[in-house]
Amino acid sequence: MFRWERSIPLRGSAAALCNNLSVLQLPARNLTYFGVVHGPSAQLLSAAPEGVPLAQRQLHAKEGAGVSPPLITQVHWCVLPFRVLLVLTSHRGIQMYESNGYTMVYWHALDSGDASPVQAVFARGIAASGHFICVGTWSGRVLVFDIPAKGPNIVLSEELAGHQTPITDIATEPAQGQDCVADMVTADDSGLLCVWRSGPEFTLLTRIPGFGVPCPSVQLWQGIIAAGYGNGQVHLYEAATGNLHVQINAHARAICALDLAPEVGKLLSAGEDTFVHIWKLSRSPESGYIEVEHCHGECVSDTQLCGARFCDSSGSSFAVTGYDLAEIRRFSSV
Amino acid sequence: MQPFWTFTGDEWTEVDRKRVLNDIISTMFNRKFMEELFKPQELYSKKALRTVYERLAHASIMKLNQASMDKLYDLMTMAFKYQVLLCPRPKDVLLVTFNHLDTIKGFIQDSPTILQQVDETFRQLTEIYGGLSAGEFQLIRQTLLIFFQDLHIRVSMFLKDKVQNNNGRFVLPVSGPVPWGTEVPGLIRMFNNKGEEVKRIEFKHGGNYVPAPKEGSFELYGDRVLKLGTNMYSVNRPVETHMSGSSKNLASRTQESIAPNPLAKEELNFLARLMGGMEIKKPSGPEPGFRLNLFTTDEEEEQAALTRPEELSYEVINIQATQDQQRSEELARIMGEFEIMEQPRLSTSKGDDLLAMMDEL
Repeated sequence: MFRWERSIPLRGSAAALCNNLSVLQLPARNLTYFGVVHGPSAQLLSAAPEGVPLAQRQLHAKEGAGVSPPLITQVHWCVLPFRVLLVLTSHRGIQMYESNGYTMVYWHALDSGDASPVQAVFARGIAASGHFICVGTWSGRVLVFDIPAKGPNIVLSEELAGHQTPITDIATEPAQGQDCVADMVTADDSGLLCVWRSGPEFTLLTRIPGFGVPCPSVQLWQGIIAAGYGNGQVHLYEAATGNLHVQINAHARAICALDLAPEVGKLLSAGEDTFVHIWKLSRSPESGYIEVEHCHGECVSDTQLCGARFCDSSGSSFAVTGYDLAEIRRFSSV
Repeated sequence: MQPFWTFTGDEWTEVDRKRVLNDIISTMFNRKFMEELFKPQELYSKKALRTVYERLAHASIMKLNQASMDKLYDLMTMAFKYQVLLCPRPKDVLLVTFNHLDTIKGFIQDSPTILQQVDETFRQLTEIYGGLSAGEFQLIRQTLLIFFQDLHIRVSMFLKDKVQNNNGRFVLPVSGPVPWGTEVPGLIRMFNNKGEEVKRIEFKHGGNYVPAPKEGSFELYGDRVLKLGTNMYSVNRPVETHMSGSSKNLASRTQESIAPNPLAKEELNFLARLMGGMEIKKPSGPEPGFRLNLFTTDEEEEQAALTRPEELSYEVINIQATQDQQRSEELARIMGEFEIMEQPRLSTSKGDDLLAMMDEL
């Protein structure tokens, strides 16, 4: 059902992180941008359809004190109403660039204030929500940045408290237009999920407790929260109530990435067990309860996956990265 | 200046083997050294680790030439990479460490002082790491994997056992027991608003997994269950490693060498503390010494040294090149205490003896 397409070579192999692939589709320009973290550097590249690589660029975390160059935790494109920014998080802080990665427009240094010496200090978890960009940190705080339509006048507008352990991932979806609708979910290393409503001030709506394993990746679609856990399970929750409706024993190792194709409600899960699975989310016509169906599974031999993304909003193609793998593997449906 | 005797015999004796193992293990588990290792710190640079490793390997009457030292380090690195990569759950890196300690204790059964040192280390590990969360272990494992990134040296034993492919990458099996705490993939359960299960579906996940039998023990004594980290050489095995085609990504390896000041002050300080903690005993009188050769002949060893690919050459920190005068003098003093003053004419042994040495005595 899916065939292996031409891989895109990387200058540096992918690091063993979670959510280690970001994809920006630019259909108007017939281009796709890919972003992968190597370690102390991140690689951005653009490719034409068929995966022909065009240009590539490396970014580094801003230096600081320390024995070795600071490590990058994540790189992610944020699509806002009037612009696209590339956000890079590291063990030093948060860097924001124009979408092609050429101009840095903002730098936020992390405050390691109350960190004990044994605690690693870093930023991780990036998502756009309306004209805000939300970034998670090691302490559990989520920083909310207000982004102007253009220019570098970015302002830290709020710090959300809700988590006590390092943030792993943040998911958002456009507000549905009604009042009490959740449009952001944050996840952390303890597996706790916080459900928020965005606004000039963000409001915490619900908390969904963890169960002893991290939740490295989370997605939100039409009020359905999809959460991937360190024990290989995918859970689907009703965002409005926080109730668990579906539990999938999806992978034999930790899940490293989830992605959504919003047009069709397809969910992509990738695990350290070398497998990628595609699921179809839906609601039962009678009860309205969340349902799921397994569509496809793919094994990327001997590769501990670390990132996975759909490459188009209809979910007919996807790409994955793996630890130590110096290429982006692409698949498309036949 | 202590000259070494020329050793006229050509075999290691049991006494020699025990001596070397005891010396190395007691140096490694020395309290001051362990104290330094346990301090919260960033991931060691490859250079720093290699330097420390070389010191440890020379903590006794056994010596290695550059080529054999490189090979030993390659073996150690790839074996450890294998263990960390294949850990079913992040917390299992601690079980792997406990397996290492259990095996080490087996080598020094007759030395109660050293046994005590190892047990003490065990207690410290439990105290510091025993209570970490799954998320913290995941960060530890991910950070360790950064150290091993892009290392694909082929190890004969791994190739023969089919745990490593010809391209140097490890085999990740899609069968066998799932980690403790994970369910066998293939089941979807759906619930209503009251949390009652209303439907169950199975799906084909592609692997061939079975449930985990039981959890490994984190106690001082216990069944670890996990085999990773146990003695690879408990059956006689060859120690060949293969360089060719190991690392095609030079960009990733040059990152370390293009750092503006390779001897960053912090790294020097760290090394000085670590070396200071290593109490390597100076020989009080003339000592027999052994040079360990991990190749079949001396010529082969020389050849290996000459033909080692550039991108795989290990750099040991050069104390003279530092700009910190006081620190460099201190380091030179510490390192100088361990210098061999003249190159001994010694018996050499084939790589097999390393294996024999690693066997349970």
